[in-house]
Amino acid sequence: MFFQQLISGMALGSIYALIALGFVIIYKATEVINFAQGELMVWGAFIALTLTTSMGLPLWLSFVLSLFFMALFGILLEVLAIRPLVGKPIFSIVMATIGLSFVLRHLAGIIWSYDNFRFPSIFPRQPFSLGLTTIASSHLGIICTSFALMGLLYGFFRFTSLGLAMRATQQNQLGASIVGVGVKRIFSLTWALAAMLGAIAGILIAPVQFLNVNLGYLGLKAFPAAVLGGFGSIPGAIVGGLIIGVSENLAGTFLATWVREIFAYIILLVILMIRPQGIFGIQEKKRV
Amino acid sequence: MEIKTDYFEDIKIFKETSTLIWFLLAMGFLLSAPLFAGGYVVYMLSLTAIYTIVSLGLNLLSGYAGQISLGHAAFLAIGAYSSAYLTVKLGLPFWFALPASGFITAAAGILIGIPALRLRGLYLAIATMAFAFIADEVILNWESVTNGANGIKLSPPSIGPLALDTDQRFYYFILAITLIMLWGAKNIIRSSLGRAFIAIRDSETAAETMGVNLSIYKTIAFLISAFYAGIAGSLFAHFIKYISPSNFTLLDSIGFIIMILVGGTGTLLGSVYGAVFITFLPEGIRVLKDFFPFFVVETGLQGLLYGLILLLFILFEPTGLYGRWLKIKRYWKTFPLK
Repeated sequence: MFFQQLISGMALGSIYALIALGFVIIYKATEVINFAQGELMVWGAFIALTLTTSMGLPLWLSFVLSLFFMALFGILLEVLAIRPLVGKPIFSIVMATIGLSFVLRHLAGIIWSYDNFRFPSIFPRQPFSLGLTTIASSHLGIICTSFALMGLLYGFFRFTSLGLAMRATQQNQLGASIVGVGVKRIFSLTWALAAMLGAIAGILIAPVQFLNVNLGYLGLKAFPAAVLGGFGSIPGAIVGGLIIGVSENLAGTFLATWVREIFAYIILLVILMIRPQGIFGIQEKKRV
Repeated sequence: MEIKTDYFEDIKIFKETSTLIWFLLAMGFLLSAPLFAGGYVVYMLSLTAIYTIVSLGLNLLSGYAGQISLGHAAFLAIGAYSSAYLTVKLGLPFWFALPASGFITAAAGILIGIPALRLRGLYLAIATMAFAFIADEVILNWESVTNGANGIKLSPPSIGPLALDTDQRFYYFILAITLIMLWGAKNIIRSSLGRAFIAIRDSETAAETMGVNLSIYKTIAFLISAFYAGIAGSLFAHFIKYISPSNFTLLDSIGFIIMILVGGTGTLLGSVYGAVFITFLPEGIRVLKDFFPFFVVETGLQGLLYGLILLLFILFEPTGLYGRWLKIKRYWKTFPLK
């Protein structure tokens, strides 16, 4: 029981980590907090679903196409709605991306309706036997895929020149543009990357739960993950996501079922009270 | 343009005679409205007045003191449920429950204000949202007090021998309370307290250097804002006579922010405009729905419009309706010149 809850918590936690990674890379590059990350996840999953069920494309092709469309969609959003906001006060940015999330959620509701949809899984149905206990293959699949993805992301940031340009922009926009990095292009590409991460998270989580417009609320739970790890820290987002996923699952099992829904937020408030910079974060310094 | 020569001239409640005249005209309309308008208009005006109280409180917190709250619906809920618990379950009179629910909510405001002292901007937004989610879940599950998802039914309140049992009578009562709250907010802004709020909003470091104690004033801002929401919650509960957790969702919290944003952050009159806007928006949606029949789900359309309004106002009209009004006024005052 404990072990199974641990694994399913880790699976959910990897999803939180993927969403939180989306927040973090956008935040680091543009200092915009994207409340619409959960909605990007829902859109990615819905596009993939439409491509397979309505157009009859094979599953893998619809996933790839969905990633491609979401990348374009991310760039579109960045250019239309977010770029005018860069440098505005935080209140405006928060409210604008919340507005964006409402628009995206209900636009999805109007396009695909508010019903529950069954989403095809790429992982086998039969559970994975592991000595004394068995675990769902989809959970194991989510964990493995997420970790592979995080490794890939690490490699991208560490070894490619585009990744280097992104890191440079995150550290110092002016400095990056002086050495020839197209900062605007990097902003757009960051949103494309975040939207793709969202789509992958959606495609992974949708078969486990039902696909529904309100699945985007899961995106809000990735905030506790990002804050716990330290907002703006990539390893922090991963560790935070896993801790939140596992602990809320255990709290739901061993305390009370309804505590599960809010446990992430309780952790968030406690963390903000005792260590606002999170596990890996750096204390922000005040400048006049 | 006249030049002010005296400090007291600058903090007058009605700076120009025209403002006073407009105020008296508006009051005349509001007082006589039940005489010629139907019950529906009175209902909408009462609702507007209640939302005005929320909007004033939120504007003091966000517009003046510069602290974000994404969970104001939770404060409204605490006020509403306190009032319902005190009158229905404990049988206490309404005249006691109304201020009491204000004070209970203010206490909750301090509770969220204290962790907020260390938080700024983004973190405060997330923390207040987390608080709202937690409050929501607690209300849903604390059945002995809140009846859970079933909600609480309230009876019409009375103050001593005066029964507020018709919509008209309750309308006048709500109007009176709203005016008191508006007067209170105006005086807070005119006092050193209001100036401290504005100083914190504009620069925390500068305010601190000038001797504004950040922790005390931020806590006071949360306390006052929560008190306003609590009073509004109590009136709201007795006005609609049935409350359940579905009255106080994230969508409502966002709606409150839209009020101050559309009206104009950091202006009291803007709070009133915003409350009018948000009360009549669902009516507008109902009209729109006849023209666009493919919007099947009403809540979906409301959410979509809320989102669009937020996004468009932030991008194109960040000073809100009141700011637009000031710009138009200035344009005509200096007409041929620019």
